[in-house]
Amino acid sequence: MSTAVPEEIHDVRLHVNGAVHEVAVPARRLLSDALRHDCGLTGTHVGCEHGVCGACTVLVDGTPVRSCLMFAVSAVDAEITTVEGLTEADGSLSPVQQGFSDCHGLQCGFCTPGFLTTITAGLRDNPDPSEDEAREMIAGNLCRCTGYQNIVKSVLRASEIQREIERERGGTA
Amino acid sequence: MTTKLFGAKVPRVEDQRFLRGQGRYVDDLLHDDPRLLHAAVLRSPHAHARIVDIDVSDVLDLDGVLAVWTWEDLTGPMAEPLPLLIPHPALTEGRTQYALAKDEVNYVGEAIAFVVAVDRYVAEDAVSRIRVDYEYLQPVVGIAAARAATRLVHDDVPGNVGARMEQENGDARAAIAAAPHTLHLELDVERSACTPMEGRGTVARWDPDTSRLTVWSSTQTSTGVRGCVAAKLGLDLAKVDVITPDVGGGFGVKVVHPWPEELLVPLAAMTLGRPVKFTEDRREHFISSAHERAQQHVVDVGFDDDGRVLGLNVEFWHDHGAYTPYGLIVPIITSTQLLGPYKPQNYRVVFESLYTNTVIVTPYRGAGRPQGCFVMERTMDAIAAYLGKDRTEVRSTNFIQPDEFPYEHGLVFQDGRELTYDSGDYPASLAKLKELVGWDEFEDLRAEMAAQGRRVGIGLACYVEGTGVGPYEGAHVHVETSGKVKVATGLTTQGQGHQTAFAQIVADTLGVRFEDVEITTGDTRKMPYAVGTFASRAAVMSGSAIHLAALRAREKALRIAAEALEASEDDLDIVDGVVSVRGTDATIDLGTVAVLSNPLRYAFDEASKAATQFTVGDPGKPPVAEDDEPGLEGKDFYSPPRSTFANGMHAVIVETDPETAEITILKYAVVHDCGHLINPMIVEGQIHGGVAQGVGGALYERMVYDDSGQLLNASFMDFLMPYVTEVPTSIDIDHLETPSPLNPLGIKGAGEAGVIPSAAVFAAAIEDAEGFPITAMPISPSELFALRLEHADDTHATALGS
Amino acid sequence: MKPAPFAYLRPSTLEEALAALAGEQGAKVLAGGQSLVPLLSMRLAAPSMLVDINALPGLGDVTCDASGVRVGALARHAEVLASVAAAEVQPLLAMALSHVAHPTIRNRGTTVGSLVHADAAAEMPMVLQLLGGSVDVASVRGRRTIPAAELFAGPLESTLAHDEIAVEASFPALPAGAGVAFQEIARRHGDYALVGVAALVETDGDDVTRVRLGFVSVSDVPVVVDVTDAVRDPAGDPAARALAELEPADDIHATAAYRAHLVKVLVPKVLAAATDHARQGKDA
Repeated sequence: MSTAVPEEIHDVRLHVNGAVHEVAVPARRLLSDALRHDCGLTGTHVGCEHGVCGACTVLVDGTPVRSCLMFAVSAVDAEITTVEGLTEADGSLSPVQQGFSDCHGLQCGFCTPGFLTTITAGLRDNPDPSEDEAREMIAGNLCRCTGYQNIVKSVLRASEIQREIERERGGTA
Repeated sequence: MTTKLFGAKVPRVEDQRFLRGQGRYVDDLLHDDPRLLHAAVLRSPHAHARIVDIDVSDVLDLDGVLAVWTWEDLTGPMAEPLPLLIPHPALTEGRTQYALAKDEVNYVGEAIAFVVAVDRYVAEDAVSRIRVDYEYLQPVVGIAAARAATRLVHDDVPGNVGARMEQENGDARAAIAAAPHTLHLELDVERSACTPMEGRGTVARWDPDTSRLTVWSSTQTSTGVRGCVAAKLGLDLAKVDVITPDVGGGFGVKVVHPWPEELLVPLAAMTLGRPVKFTEDRREHFISSAHERAQQHVVDVGFDDDGRVLGLNVEFWHDHGAYTPYGLIVPIITSTQLLGPYKPQNYRVVFESLYTNTVIVTPYRGAGRPQGCFVMERTMDAIAAYLGKDRTEVRSTNFIQPDEFPYEHGLVFQDGRELTYDSGDYPASLAKLKELVGWDEFEDLRAEMAAQGRRVGIGLACYVEGTGVGPYEGAHVHVETSGKVKVATGLTTQGQGHQTAFAQIVADTLGVRFEDVEITTGDTRKMPYAVGTFASRAAVMSGSAIHLAALRAREKALRIAAEALEASEDDLDIVDGVVSVRGTDATIDLGTVAVLSNPLRYAFDEASKAATQFTVGDPGKPPVAEDDEPGLEGKDFYSPPRSTFANGMHAVIVETDPETAEITILKYAVVHDCGHLINPMIVEGQIHGGVAQGVGGALYERMVYDDSGQLLNASFMDFLMPYVTEVPTSIDIDHLETPSPLNPLGIKGAGEAGVIPSAAVFAAAIEDAEGFPITAMPISPSELFALRLEHADDTHATALGS
Repeated sequence: MKPAPFAYLRPSTLEEALAALAGEQGAKVLAGGQSLVPLLSMRLAAPSMLVDINALPGLGDVTCDASGVRVGALARHAEVLASVAAAEVQPLLAMALSHVAHPTIRNRGTTVGSLVHADAAAEMPMVLQLLGGSVDVASVRGRRTIPAAELFAGPLESTLAHDEIAVEASFPALPAGAGVAFQEIARRHGDYALVGVAALVETDGDDVTRVRLGFVSVSDVPVVVDVTDAVRDPAGDPAARALAELEPADDIHATAAYRAHLVKVLVPKVLAAATDHARQGKDA
């Protein structure tokens, strides 16, 4: 049995939701754990730790990534967005969050943050998805409560809310 | 005028925090407490072995490790086996495990040692340093091996039989012998599991200043956890608080208590004087929580020319895994709920509950009903096929009719009460289902698809579900002087939207604004007497209790307000938290009434100042009258005489690929009757989730053990929970609302319903598409392909084959 | 499920990375990590050091010319899939990549990483093998090119030495008059295939001159079978010809017999689709 060698601690500067978090972590600290336990952003949930369920999905430079499959030390140069960063500056819900609220797109809420981040990026790339495209957008995330029926509706509703907001902005401009 | 909220699709209040990432699940708690410690568990790598020696000498050398426990370190009640929660006279050989294995292990995943360290990473490092010498024993895996009993799981349990139970109404065997027609069926269901997205988890903190232990657990029963923690740790109940925070799904598995970790975490917190957290990981959830479903059934049925069942004899074998902490609940439910909406003239059921060297078996959403439904509905389909009758016709012939309620089956149900259905209208439900799925038009669709070389089939399945099982739930309603209404009920919440649905009830019953009501669940500090959330019981039990408690608060409010306003109680209305005298301008806010209810009237707030204009109470009597209490509160309990029986019917149209044997869902229809709906949006969400879980159970999910007792698919890679791509693109739902006469709101439970008929309905539809019997579920394309080869000589299969 | 400890290096030059690998026998390269990190978290692998190559310059490109598509070590599956030029030069890339896991995994996972992970149940090793591509690897000892035919040593085992980094993969362009197709059957959308089959059909006028099939999940290593004779022979059976060289096996999701059956179902479909593709290309 090897003797215990103190593990090297890395000073890592994480950019999360527009704020800088200086954390001291060993190299093996998963990004999901660093976000939750070192940055205190517990909205990102851990459902499987092998990249299948999608609950831990965050945006890394705007792109959905499994935070359980990245190490915090590898995230130094990235701008990370978690579910806490989706809410509008005035504290109101984003269109995707509002879509879920309108359509009962969540029950226990545990998988929800991963869906919200994934769909936020998905609607940025495809603001007006068909129902099939909405399904495709969420096809890599597991939910055990909703049977996905209302999550698909939430995606479409979020897209509608986005369009409403755009129209209002266009109208007042 | 406030609109009635009961029955409205009120958006959920809990969503606001969940959507912002502000939910508080057990692993989120105390995350910023630098004193928090983390636990990891050494689990048996073997399905069956004697423990010769455990060497933990390397563990404490590791930087960051604080303590390690094995069974040797446990004392008092902690060193005794875990409780058998629900004993039953038929369970003659009940066995439970120890919090940490003593002398032997009986399944892969059984807890052996418990390590506490500064973080989970180091704790896992420490676990890998523990060395255990095992003496390997041959494991018993699967029902066939358990029945053969050439090897035993427990040396002192002969035949691996934990229990044998028999119930009979009439004389089934004689009736079958005398029946014009008989059939014999053998029907199997495999193991599956709840797999909520959040696994188990417990946090405990011992406060030396107040000598109190606080335990947060991801559980379906706070009061149960509290009771066992106090008993096992030798603490007065009053010194233990258990709080259930947000829970990331339960589906049954979290009703089991105490899990070893639920005791070891508080023990460690008290011993070390620091808060301790255990968060189960996904692999642990597969190998050390609980599974369900595995049963083998043999059916003999006798029936007449119309398909009327004259005698039904069912024998089955239930695989309960290595231990029986939850008693016989699952097979008892199968044996009684198998009857569904039907009334066989004579019924006998006998089961054996068997030990195997696998993970324990405890209720999983549906809890034995999916197997019972599978058995009964396959039998109905077999009778229809034998007689050449439409499958709906045979069912109609056997239905209990609407004028036959309450209907007594002459059996004893899971709650120890008579199995008596309270209400239902099965013919009406069937008519709705046929319409919804297009039953009568299906042959046109089949012909149309066949012309394109496509193969489709239709199936249906009916079930009745005993819900709202007792013994009781309670509620406490408190109107604060601000007018805000704080409500506590003791059962827990795992995503069912209780904060919304219960607030709807309070708003209506008390006459307050929905936004002013706040519901607390699962906190023993607020409601120490409670049972838990399982068996589709929360809405019925706590919903009724909350209604009753709100009525009491309302009565008191009216009494005080009547005195203050010098009016008759009969002339008062309460709307949006304001009591008014009908036909006048006189009003008083409920908050002011709350002030008046308490003689200690410090003017802390506006309501107190406003109260000064009113006088209540007789100056000749004590400030609090003999039969009164200070405060505007209501407390009550609801305890029904027996369960209330919801019912439903599902139909599915599937396409089976003639070449690849892949199974695609074309249409899924549900008719559901759970009495009055509190919030139809939430009920439909429950059905959606149940159907998806049922699709998983029928077509994708199974626990695959090898002969050595290793679970081969203990990950989400290989345990195939459906993604959106595997569930129906739409689920057509129609409701019937046949109220229950057993509770004041006329409601029945809805939580488990969606999953119950899945195995039955998919088997029926695949059988219909393929033309050969489907007798075992789940079924994969590979298995369907094998069945096709087996039945290649059948004329029908050949005719359809390409 | 937390990884065992390891030393970590995030070099900014390839030379630094190669030196680190050469100096540490137990070191492994971390690129996308989508296969590696789960293995670490389950403690099925415990390297002494991870050399994170994500900060290395110049390895993220997808470059296309008439000869083919070159994919740098840090190009993510999603970037290769999104490349219109790559899809034009070698359409099989996009056809297969759309079946690789789910988009979120493709956002991080690298195509080159998938190749050197050498999983016979994965799409991209088979694609490289079928197309006759290659991987350029570097070490302190210099650079070399490993042809696909020499890349796959065994189940989950490539022929890279422990100190080598795969820096680029080359997928040859689709020849004139050739067509490709890919189909797979998986239990769930996005899962590893039970069976996947790709076809590369080369034609000369109306003549089919060469036909090769690549297979996923029916052997220990990516297998390509030349079925030209069986296709050109009117009585030939290309699927049977292929099955003679495949080793379908039982696992918890499917029997060997079912996998063999799927080979028989899929082979004619992908052959027809690839032949159509070849003819369309010619018409265009």
